[in-house]
Amino acid sequence: MNTLEFTAFVGAGALLAGFLGSLTGLGGGVVIVPLLTLVFGVDIRYAIGVALISVIATSSGAAAAYVREGYSNVRVAMFLEIATTVGALVGAAVALHLRVSVIAILFGLVLIYSAYASIRQNPYPTEDLGPDRIASWLRMDSTYPTPNGLQSYHVRGVPLGFGLMFGAGALSGLLGIGSGAVKVLAMDKAMKLPFKVSTTTSNFMIGVTAAASAGIYLSRGYVDPGLAMPVMLGVLAGSLAGARVLAVAQVRVLRLVFSIVIGFLAIEMIYNGLTGKL
Amino acid sequence: MGSALQQSDQRIDEILGRLLRTGVALAALVVFVGGAVYLNRHYLPVTNYHVFQGEPPELRTISGILRESLAFRGRGLIQLGLLILIATPVARVAFSVFAFLYQGDRKYVLFTLVVLGLLVFSLLGGCG
Repeated sequence: MNTLEFTAFVGAGALLAGFLGSLTGLGGGVVIVPLLTLVFGVDIRYAIGVALISVIATSSGAAAAYVREGYSNVRVAMFLEIATTVGALVGAAVALHLRVSVIAILFGLVLIYSAYASIRQNPYPTEDLGPDRIASWLRMDSTYPTPNGLQSYHVRGVPLGFGLMFGAGALSGLLGIGSGAVKVLAMDKAMKLPFKVSTTTSNFMIGVTAAASAGIYLSRGYVDPGLAMPVMLGVLAGSLAGARVLAVAQVRVLRLVFSIVIGFLAIEMIYNGLTGKL
Repeated sequence: MGSALQQSDQRIDEILGRLLRTGVALAALVVFVGGAVYLNRHYLPVTNYHVFQGEPPELRTISGILRESLAFRGRGLIQLGLLILIATPVARVAFSVFAFLYQGDRKYVLFTLVVLGLLVFSLLGGCG
């Protein structure tokens, strides 16, 4: 196979991944790594480097839209990004010393969780527990737009949220994913943010977390331009297309199907990791 | 939170959004151009990605990437586009420093500077 053919195939795969990822919210990195390693036989280190790039690309594009609509909480994002960035640096540093098969197994496990979390979209019922001392001191309380005007909310559980965000960042640096699922979990359940605020703020933060790890991977030589080019462009084009279609799509069914596929990919990754094939 | 703060938050959010979009678009353009140059030699057999070798040093450092780009080499240009992409969220954080300064929010100027510092540290290669 020559370079042009390979680029076209990878680009097409990335396009599909970006399209489905934006429709189901299951993100880029989570799909790109299995796609490259299982379908194209790419070494997982190349795959993770490229996946981080695609995560930055898609999340920055999406975040632009969410911020404009007034849902994301910039202060929460900025404060928690301290935790995610440190986590990402630690994760990237640890990844250097981990065996590739261990990373593959870890990836498979996270993949299963992501798929499961995606189906079980069970937002924590928003009950206002009143102001929290730390959150008030950090001026995190805010509002979000609803059909009836701006709805205010309080933020709670800052230390726990901070700790969880460190974990999310570490996973991102370790596996090349955006860790959106963990971020949303932290903000929704631990910090009691309204669900839509959690998801949009998470999207807002993902790019920064991935950028922290991506810089390290690039300087380590894990990011190959011949591979990154079709993946980045394909994923971008795919997610742009997906955003257009989102309004009319049957997201529920898609998400279910996609989660099942991801589940199988996860099992295969774990299996390959265990048998030393990856 | 007063409504004046909310309004300036809103304005800042809009600029942030545009900054992100511009960064991604510029990065994509550079990667595309680099890709075109790279694919010009499309008859070559594809790199064996199954075996991990790591990239040559000139594609791993900022100075090396700039040199390769100025020489109009496809792979160097692609790496340059990727650098621009990685720099986009970093630029967003840098902008937030000014936004918080403008709002007189000293706590968040500090928090944002910490994040910015960590990001720059990683871009310079971290400690790996």
